Amino acid sequence: MAELSAKKTRWNEWVLEKLFFFCAFVSVITTAAVIFILLEETLTFFETVPVLEFLTGTRWTPLLEPKHYGILPLVAGTMLIVMGAAIVALPIGVASAIFLSEYASHRARSIIKPILEILAGIPTVVYGYFALTFITPGLRVILPDTQIFNAASAAIVVGIMVLPMVASLCDDALRAVPASLRHGGYSLGATSFEVTTRIVVPAGLSGIFAAFVLAVSRAIGETMAVTLAAGATPNLTANPLESIQTMTAYIVQVSLGDTPSGSLTYQTLFAVASVLFVSTLMLNILGTWVMRRFREVYE
Amino acid sequence: MSDMNFRTQAFNKANLKRRRAQSKAFEYFCSGVTGLAVVVLALLLYDIFTDGYRWVDAQFLNSFPSRFPEKAGIKSALVGTLWLVGFTAIIAIPTGVLAAIYLEEYAPKNRLTHFIEVNIANLAGVPSIVFGILGLAIFVRFFGLGRSVIAGALTMSLLILPVIIIAAKEAIRSVPSSLRQAAFALGATRWQVVRAHVLPSAMPGILTGVILALSRAIGETAPLIMIGALTFVAFLPSGPMDEFTALPIQIFNWTARPQETFHELAAGGIIVLLAVLLLMNALAVFIRYRGSKQ
Amino acid sequence: MSDQTPILNAKDLSIFYGDNEAVKSISLPIFEKKITAIIGPSGCGKSTFLRSLNRMNDFIDGVSHHGEILYRDQDLYADSVDPVEARLRIGMVFQKANPFPKSIYRNIAWGPNINQLGGNLDLRVENALKQAALWDEVADRLDDSALNLSGGQQQRLCIARALAMEPEVILMDEPCSALDPISTLAIEDLIEELKAKYTIVIVTHNMQQAARVSDYTAFMENGVLVEFGETDQVFTRPKEKRTEEYVTGRFG
Repeated sequence: MAELSAKKTRWNEWVLEKLFFFCAFVSVITTAAVIFILLEETLTFFETVPVLEFLTGTRWTPLLEPKHYGILPLVAGTMLIVMGAAIVALPIGVASAIFLSEYASHRARSIIKPILEILAGIPTVVYGYFALTFITPGLRVILPDTQIFNAASAAIVVGIMVLPMVASLCDDALRAVPASLRHGGYSLGATSFEVTTRIVVPAGLSGIFAAFVLAVSRAIGETMAVTLAAGATPNLTANPLESIQTMTAYIVQVSLGDTPSGSLTYQTLFAVASVLFVSTLMLNILGTWVMRRFREVYE
Repeated sequence: MSDMNFRTQAFNKANLKRRRAQSKAFEYFCSGVTGLAVVVLALLLYDIFTDGYRWVDAQFLNSFPSRFPEKAGIKSALVGTLWLVGFTAIIAIPTGVLAAIYLEEYAPKNRLTHFIEVNIANLAGVPSIVFGILGLAIFVRFFGLGRSVIAGALTMSLLILPVIIIAAKEAIRSVPSSLRQAAFALGATRWQVVRAHVLPSAMPGILTGVILALSRAIGETAPLIMIGALTFVAFLPSGPMDEFTALPIQIFNWTARPQETFHELAAGGIIVLLAVLLLMNALAVFIRYRGSKQ
Repeated sequence: MSDQTPILNAKDLSIFYGDNEAVKSISLPIFEKKITAIIGPSGCGKSTFLRSLNRMNDFIDGVSHHGEILYRDQDLYADSVDPVEARLRIGMVFQKANPFPKSIYRNIAWGPNINQLGGNLDLRVENALKQAALWDEVADRLDDSALNLSGGQQQRLCIARALAMEPEVILMDEPCSALDPISTLAIEDLIEELKAKYTIVIVTHNMQQAARVSDYTAFMENGVLVEFGETDQVFTRPKEKRTEEYVTGRFG
């Protein structure tokens, strides 16, 4: 028998591996580029507008004279949408998840899950259309004071959009609770209501919390539906029947016009986007961290 | 044991009855609420179809946008969407699948790999409009690609890359490791193992994920508005450097107008958009079904 | 054999998973305040049979049955029977300890609480823990998470949890299979003591355990009840050849 020959580098294999690595590394470059670009333009913006004025100012009128650059009205508008969407999506999402994981027959599950997937796959611009042509007129029948563009209609439709995500993540969280805990409860003479609300839901609580956090992050970043339905009035209000503007809707409004690069208005895009990016990123990190933690409990 | 009256304990029948009723009511409540999702979907489809079905005809598909609703159509939008998705697919599919192959088959378990994985998960949660801003600053302005098909496709590719990578990784991970070991034991190199065994087995899952990611690209609006896809285009792109519009942009444009008739045109556009998405989803389901049979 | 009326009585009971018959027309009486052991090789249907005695099979998809189970001459599966009430009277301890992710105290108090059993709850918890021979080990840390207990302690906690409900029957599904020998002996002693007040049905694949603790023994194989009788008789003078082979270890 001949000896084993010395280890040799297969160059084509080596090149392929480096190529594959580069493809995976594109994602890191993307993140770095996002951070670099947002930071660069935002810092230039802060040379003209003080950070404090930007973060605490209560008037946002960069497109009108006199110009004001206080982001609070946009943040308030976004929060109004987020809270409205949460009121719609969280209870319905959790109840649906309980139905799916605790009650639904195999057949019912195989019908409901695809419907949720379809709802999740409908483009956001379609939800915007639905809000404007269906929900808003409906609201105006019930509450005649409602403005044509209003936060409530957008909030409801954003709630519908994040509902599938809440339902499916909560369903995962509840299904991860071991069946033996349920059986322990039933063997003590508990009803399904007691087992669900006192054992299963508490055991899956961190997963449900993670779902909430990720849903809020989604709602903050939602753009088209709020642009179409909520209006373009930066408005520091808590009244959901009024027209408001969210951070995302402002970005769309500016980019629909012709904004020369380097202008202060162009820079506001990046300043607002920075706030948007940082807040959604923090929520996403929190959400995935909580989700990973709760998975470890049962594995 | 003094406190426990063994076996003489009378179970409170009224209490049991109340709890049984409570439990039933809760079950009905949960299933009723779940039913709401079905109702909402039905309402949404009903709203769109009653508004728009009259407009969807050959003339609608074959006309350019117009100030006059009866002459308006979605030709440039539909063709623009096809250009956009075509180039997005060419860029994003190889990059995403190769990245997934690297992470599942090649990557050492170290901090860099972990960082890349976490980074991909976080990118998947970044709002699409932020990708639009990135595209605007990098592709449109910095690389000077302008409001072209290729600038749009590059932006969309970055947006759907995390989706493709996550789906492809899952498909690759579900390939049993016994298959890899069998091939390695026959003296195959890593790439030979991946190409001949792992990829074919993972292909249905990868394709399903790819199709769903591309449907996302078809429906996305915000990033295209950011990079300045035009809203009123009376010509067709003839190459990747041409300006373009896309279906969701056209729908947005019509919806944003106050006139009722343009809303109906928007609904017509939505019907076409949903039909395209439905076709792609049916394809994905078909592939998944065939994959599960083999 | 005993001439008293059985508290539970399976009559011609067959249990199916879909089309697969896991338990084949078993007739088996369970006598009050006695310990009945069910032995047999794994997969013989003994756990399935046990779970049917307090309707825990209701939670497994596709399980159906034929024949009947009488609880004090009442059909346990009649439409008029509330399975919740059945489980109040017939408690269960599972193969793997399944404490709730709550404190020790709340694990025990949970059942009495939802069922509004009344009386002094603290005393009830204490009594249950004492009966389960766990009190001395946990008395000073009732508010600790039950998940911090050792495996043997967790299983005794689950027994205490069942005892706090004062059931008439306690079903035990291989309660010691996941435990070390010392914990196993502790639980066997416990079972012996509980016999004075409770009817116990224990499924086990450990023949010594069955011989040590039980009054009656049933031997099952492939879903069929091969032999049932007083434990002494089954182990020393089995009537069936298969039983003899199994208890003397010449099995398979």
